Amino acid sequence: MDQAVQHKPLTFKDYKSDYKPVWCPGCGDFSVLASVTKALAELQVARENCAVISGIGCSSRIPAYTSVYGFHGIHGRALAGATGLKVARPDLTVIATGGDGDGFSIGGNHFLHACRRNVDMTYIVMDNEVYGMTKGQASPTTASDWEGSKLTPHGTGVSPFNPLAVALSAGAGFVARGFAGDPNGSAKLITQAIQHKGFSFVQILSPCVTFRPEQTEWKKIIRKGEISETNALAEAMAFLATDDGFSTGVLYETQRPVYAPKQEEKYSVKDIEASFEL
Amino acid sequence: MTSQTVSIAITGAGGAGVMTAGQMLLDAAAKAGLYGLMTRSSGPQIRGGEAAAFIRLSSEPVACPDDHFDVLFCFDWMNVDRFAAELPLRNDSVIIGDASAGEAPDVLKNSGARMVLVPLSDTAKEVEGGRPNMIGLGMLGEIAGLPLDALSAILTKVLKRKGQAALDASIAGVKRGMEVAGELEAEIGINLHLASKDSEATRWSLTGNEAAGMGAIRGGVRFCAAYPITPATEILEWLAPNLEKVGGTLVQAEDELASVNMIIGGSFGGVPSITATSGPGLALMTEALGLAVSAEIPIVVVDVMRGGPSTGIPTKSEQSDLNIALHGLHGDAPHIVTAPNSISDCLFTTQWTVHLAEALQTTAIVLSDQSLGQSRNVIDKPADLAFVAKREVAPAHVVDYKRYALTDSGVSPMAIPGTPGGEYVADGLETQENARPSSQAEDHYAQLDKRERKLTGFDYGQHWAEIEGDSDFAVITFGSVTAPVREAIKRLESEGQKVKLISMRLLAPALPDRFNEAMAGVNKALVVEQTHSKQFYRYLRSEFDLPKDTTVLAKPGPLPFRPNEIVTKIKELA
Repeated sequence: MDQAVQHKPLTFKDYKSDYKPVWCPGCGDFSVLASVTKALAELQVARENCAVISGIGCSSRIPAYTSVYGFHGIHGRALAGATGLKVARPDLTVIATGGDGDGFSIGGNHFLHACRRNVDMTYIVMDNEVYGMTKGQASPTTASDWEGSKLTPHGTGVSPFNPLAVALSAGAGFVARGFAGDPNGSAKLITQAIQHKGFSFVQILSPCVTFRPEQTEWKKIIRKGEISETNALAEAMAFLATDDGFSTGVLYETQRPVYAPKQEEKYSVKDIEASFEL
Repeated sequence: MTSQTVSIAITGAGGAGVMTAGQMLLDAAAKAGLYGLMTRSSGPQIRGGEAAAFIRLSSEPVACPDDHFDVLFCFDWMNVDRFAAELPLRNDSVIIGDASAGEAPDVLKNSGARMVLVPLSDTAKEVEGGRPNMIGLGMLGEIAGLPLDALSAILTKVLKRKGQAALDASIAGVKRGMEVAGELEAEIGINLHLASKDSEATRWSLTGNEAAGMGAIRGGVRFCAAYPITPATEILEWLAPNLEKVGGTLVQAEDELASVNMIIGGSFGGVPSITATSGPGLALMTEALGLAVSAEIPIVVVDVMRGGPSTGIPTKSEQSDLNIALHGLHGDAPHIVTAPNSISDCLFTTQWTVHLAEALQTTAIVLSDQSLGQSRNVIDKPADLAFVAKREVAPAHVVDYKRYALTDSGVSPMAIPGTPGGEYVADGLETQENARPSSQAEDHYAQLDKRERKLTGFDYGQHWAEIEGDSDFAVITFGSVTAPVREAIKRLESEGQKVKLISMRLLAPALPDRFNEAMAGVNKALVVEQTHSKQFYRYLRSEFDLPKDTTVLAKPGPLPFRPNEIVTKIKELA
């Protein structure tokens, strides 16, 4: 490779592909894409050493819009694929991405165990409280009285899921919330999340202008979360228990042992074979 | 007197040390120059249930249980009737029981076999720290003609970490057991001394599950994601410490959806990856198996089959996952399905399958089963094999890289993360050559053709099947059923009747040309399989032309095929 090219800093544009997103005009996910690419530029991650892994849904299309390695797998399994990749290839920067349905409904079990396992990777959920790709059904984060879906015309009648509180109780060491209306703020959160050693979870409220047009009002209520000690678990729990879901920032960060099995070749295959000998 | 092969069943309550005594007997026999096989059976209890070890010793290599048992050794009568169907006895068989264990159950008293009661627990009390299972091991060792030093060597190997006192007590127990059996020789009235065979080859003692794990490591696997399930767990438990030794990793997943997607992630990262499961787990994994086909990520899943459907009979063998392995994937999803034909072949077949998955960048399923996976076999050390993972990868700085390029072979060089210039998105969506999603007909046709072409155009060599003997009468089978078929054919051969064996190792893709070649001159066939709905026969019918005169011998689990069943069937047809 040309040395001059290698040393020229990459800008956020260098992390974008020339592929046109399938998203609706005005979708919050455009802004999240900008935040992800800005974070990668901030950290100057070599493109070939980064992978964005996703499942299925509008936001899960994001890997193709970046210029790093990507994996657009099956519904709900982004974290499983990302875990396998990071454990097998600890040298890579691994980012899992997706939406609220992918992450908290079909992929809910993997979310819990990714928080517990604490593999050094980042999980970004673009939360719009709706299934957009299948044209507007309630997701786990939808309010119980939302009547906008043909599938649940009287509302879901089910309490919404609190992803940050769940992440905390499942053992996540980095929990943050951002807003698509503040791409620079979200880029900063993602940068911190990638830098955090261990599993980091960033929820980004990302309005769906098509199926939840009322979410364009979110910008009026979003605010910086006021929490004095982000490393105090009880305080973070108490904060999230009463929070309305619109406080942004890093709401909890602590350092826990990172799950990273050692990869040291100490024996040969022949040594193992010898164990079968009588 | 020396016989060719002897079969000994050992039963007892959980904790009686049945499995320990059984495995020590097998290993001591191997130490003394014999070959052998041990299958196991246990009740549904996790701890404290009844257990049975079925051992066959022989002067020559053996791969399946015999027709009947020469000796049934019962440490107690606890629930032994539960094993009755698994314990074929003859009039010249001997049942040995403990004189102080009370009344023997009717099913044994009425079996026709001779019953001998020996002072088992009383003898154990004579020895300081003595346990009935060591007395029993000594008695069985004496009956089988094993020298004390072979038994002591195994005891030393197994018990050395338990301390000298425990070892001494066990050796004393075994010695006393041998003496008692000697004193009661006339009463027991059976001695089954086998001629040992001197062999240059190193002997191995291993289970099919361990062999599959070893095959994976030999093939280059360095990542495994694991979710426990009977009877596949031992593959995963064996891989955990052994992958670590060679610089690989194993991660315990939260479920099978995670384990299969984790290995897809690991393999996307360029590391040959495997998982192991059984029927219910395979069912959970099938969506992801389609993903690996579509995104062209090599993965290997070992399915250790058990009685199904659903939870079925988790501890017993059956071949009834054949349909889901062949046809369970959604869409048109060409993939590889292989089946090891013996315990030792679990090593070769798994290694070969890793090689195929890596070379062809696709999903591969290895159909092992409980009777292979959880049985222990003494074999000659297998030869080194040339098959290792060799994935075609894209070099750095390729201009205009096309991940799914339409090559002649259908295999396209895969860029591994870390390779500059190869950045692409692996996708479950249909794609163009450049990996961009596409719903265009021409792209779908081209990629479907490519994914099919790479499998059908590949040269699988001779390993697609084991073909033995020449005759116009062929037995066609696969997997664990091969061993009893092979033994049946051998017996018929000694009586002057020739039968051809075709045991298929490669089930998908089907290779009609190779099959026809193997069937040249055959005008009568018997298909033998361990399913209820004749899954293998239906598969053969759908893929190949079978002779008009074709019969099926299909029997579901849990009982194994015994060679004489197959001999009888072949004689009936010939």
